[in-house]
Amino acid sequence: MSDTFTTVDPTPTDWRDPAMQKRIQRRYAAERRFRLIGLGAVLLSAGFLAFLLVSMAMNGLNGFRQTELRLDVDLRQSNIALTAAQLAGPNAEQALAEVDFEGIVRRTADTQYGARGARLFSPAGRLVLRNAVKADPSLLTRPATLWLPAESGIDQAAKGHGNADANARYRPLDEAGRARIGFNSTLLTGADATDPTAVGIWGAFKGSLLTMIITLLIAFPVGVLSAVYLEEYAPRNRWTDMIEVSINNLAAVPSIIFGLLGLAVFLQVMHLPRSAPIVGGLTLALMTMPVIVIAGRNAIKSVPPSIRDAALGIGASRIQVVFHHVIPLALPGILTGTIIGMARALGETAPLLVIGMRAFIASPPGGLGEPATALPVQIFLWSDEVSRGFVEKTSAAIIVLLVFLLAMNGLAIYLRNRFEKNW
Amino acid sequence: MSLAFILLLVLGLGVVAWLSAKARAAAFAGPSRERPHSLPVYHGWYVALWAVLPALLFLAFWAFLSDRLVADALLSSPQAAALPAIDMQRAAILAEARGLATGAIASAHHPQAAALAPVYASAIAFYAWLGLAIALLLAFAGGAWAYTRLSPSFRARTRVERIVMALLLTASLIAILTTLGIFLSLLFETIRFFSMVSPGEFLFGTHWSPQTAVQPGQPAGFGSVPLFWGTIFIGAIIAMIVAIPLGLMSAIYLTQYARPGLRRWMKPMLEILAGVPTVVYGYFAALTVAPAIRDLGISLGFSASTESALAAGLVMGVMIIPFVSSMADDSIAAVPQAMRDGSLAMGATKSETIRKVLVPAALPGVVGGVLLAVSRAIGETMIVVMAAGLAANLTANPFASVTTVTTQIVQLLTGDQEFDSPKTLAAFALGMVLFLVTLALNIVALRVVKKYREAYE
Repeated sequence: MSDTFTTVDPTPTDWRDPAMQKRIQRRYAAERRFRLIGLGAVLLSAGFLAFLLVSMAMNGLNGFRQTELRLDVDLRQSNIALTAAQLAGPNAEQALAEVDFEGIVRRTADTQYGARGARLFSPAGRLVLRNAVKADPSLLTRPATLWLPAESGIDQAAKGHGNADANARYRPLDEAGRARIGFNSTLLTGADATDPTAVGIWGAFKGSLLTMIITLLIAFPVGVLSAVYLEEYAPRNRWTDMIEVSINNLAAVPSIIFGLLGLAVFLQVMHLPRSAPIVGGLTLALMTMPVIVIAGRNAIKSVPPSIRDAALGIGASRIQVVFHHVIPLALPGILTGTIIGMARALGETAPLLVIGMRAFIASPPGGLGEPATALPVQIFLWSDEVSRGFVEKTSAAIIVLLVFLLAMNGLAIYLRNRFEKNW
Repeated sequence: MSLAFILLLVLGLGVVAWLSAKARAAAFAGPSRERPHSLPVYHGWYVALWAVLPALLFLAFWAFLSDRLVADALLSSPQAAALPAIDMQRAAILAEARGLATGAIASAHHPQAAALAPVYASAIAFYAWLGLAIALLLAFAGGAWAYTRLSPSFRARTRVERIVMALLLTASLIAILTTLGIFLSLLFETIRFFSMVSPGEFLFGTHWSPQTAVQPGQPAGFGSVPLFWGTIFIGAIIAMIVAIPLGLMSAIYLTQYARPGLRRWMKPMLEILAGVPTVVYGYFAALTVAPAIRDLGISLGFSASTESALAAGLVMGVMIIPFVSSMADDSIAAVPQAMRDGSLAMGATKSETIRKVLVPAALPGVVGGVLLAVSRAIGETMIVVMAAGLAANLTANPFASVTTVTTQIVQLLTGDQEFDSPKTLAAFALGMVLFLVTLALNIVALRVVKKYREAYE
């Protein structure tokens, strides 16, 4: 049989030959196998993403819930020096700060839950009581039933993750109807704390927000202006080449190197405040700028030359052509690139760690120069904590971060589909 | 009297200048008179820019200068004569006095700080007023000078466009400045580091224990070979073993086999993998993947630790899949249709065409993409910080803990940063190595890709 291949055989190929049939079948089987391997690779990648998202959601959804214990509070008995008039006045915050809410919770809990009752409650309990009084001053003059957050062990027992001791403490509470599971509003309004039931992401989120504002204010104008210059005006010479090479390299430099730059330049040389959103914002702006430049150049490049020619033809100057015609037409593309760059900056952690935005910050930052942390850094800090309570808070913070990133990317895709023209 | 207030005041003056100059220029035009060279709005911009830009430049300069001037004024005051000569105590007292003066803290711990606070407050106020006065003077002078130049024949538009052009050029120079800043700041600190530790020991030594450098008497180890090995092991070996087959096969399936409907859904899905923040991957690796890998390692009889190279490498590989896949996608699409048609016409099946024609033809592009992916993997920080561990082991056991360059940079810069100890400076030396290696990888990768594109054009 093999001889027939080496010599020229005038007879046509015998497709029905069993050896030929077998060979063809083998080749087709290989074809099917290859196809299945390809499908497997795609499904494996997608499955990994699904596994990641599902495991975060499973862990994190519990973080949005908090076990609460019932506490009958009567502030008239605690003889506190706070009046409704004070709460309505301008010094309400100061008057509230002088009240020992922690002591009130402790004593009331001890009388209602036995000798160690106060230890059932989370340290965040006093804040809940304080905010309840602030929202409703009539609590000062009447007995009321409040639901205060339980401590972490009880909380986990209620969600089915408790240890034997916590389960034993939780069961009687549950049977007496003194425990319920409610929405964890502290998580969305609070800042970092040492106790997992008292932590919140608002502090870190505000830090991220301030950082992003600085990043946007610097990276967007600088990025767009350099994109315009490089695409529309730059002469072809060595300087322009150097700018282009710099921008392309900056886009590929590892983010932690930008952190080292921020540490050396903004903190060591310029002495800007440590751990502050302004330094984080400047560092991330340098990192985001090349992304915006590259996206901006592509958007400007896609505006057809006929638009420029028409504007030049009726007497517009070169600046007028660009600012009146090219930029408005390229804006959707530029904005899409900007949003994608900002989403990347929002999820970035490493450079912020290096410039010191990793401190324990127990209150939201008040300004650009105050110590702050950012949402991804907060996730990193919480991930070091071993307790089950922090695991679900970390995952809950991740869910919030992912929701924001998805929303930003979704907006970018929407803008691209809605406004981008194919010339 | 904050800087923001002065800024707003100057910008307000700019608006006034714009409005008044525009109004004056509008009066130039008339039926009987000669036609002005520029539209009124350009006259407005010309005067406004002259009013705002010099004042803004001054304020940027003043923001750095005024702190030093305040400190000088303070130290020359009689109250400062009693300050201790030791730098650290002095700095602490000065910081406290500053906090008191600006109202950041309510009461002083140190009596000298309390005495200095009023002097501090008055010095701050004096220089704030001085800054405001000079800024306003500059704004008025600039605006007035520009205003007097306005006339119907004045070429306001040309002037404004020249300023805009200068702004554009400045903006694009920031990219060069950033690159230069990165390079110089890394270079200076690296040179300082090499004056304490020899480059030979740093690059070829195998003993890494920088933390002991703080304690006198113990030998500090700055041999980074275990770090380089850990980085290569995780980023270039394990991650690529995961990412190259999965990324390449996904790209092949999605471009060659998948129906358009499936492709429309799966491609963005793969892109989401690239958009997930690395801290999330790191957490996932540490929380879910690492314990599973440890159990697997123990059941296979390896010495396994909770933080393992395999856990970090696997998750990093998944993160890299979209990069490999999109680069492979581009290079397969660039193979000329004629080559594909030729192979199919010869009777080859689709998979034979792909394996024997498309992939070999697209190989340079794929290799370029893999190099870019490697450069991204070795610069990745959070996954390895959270999942790879800190022990500088020189081992090929994937279940053991290894450490990487980026992990150690973060570790060295955590806590006290003293810019004269080799511990802190070592982070910059590692950064320099990382910067140069990723730069080289990127340049090589881009050259490979470019050359390959030219081959088919």
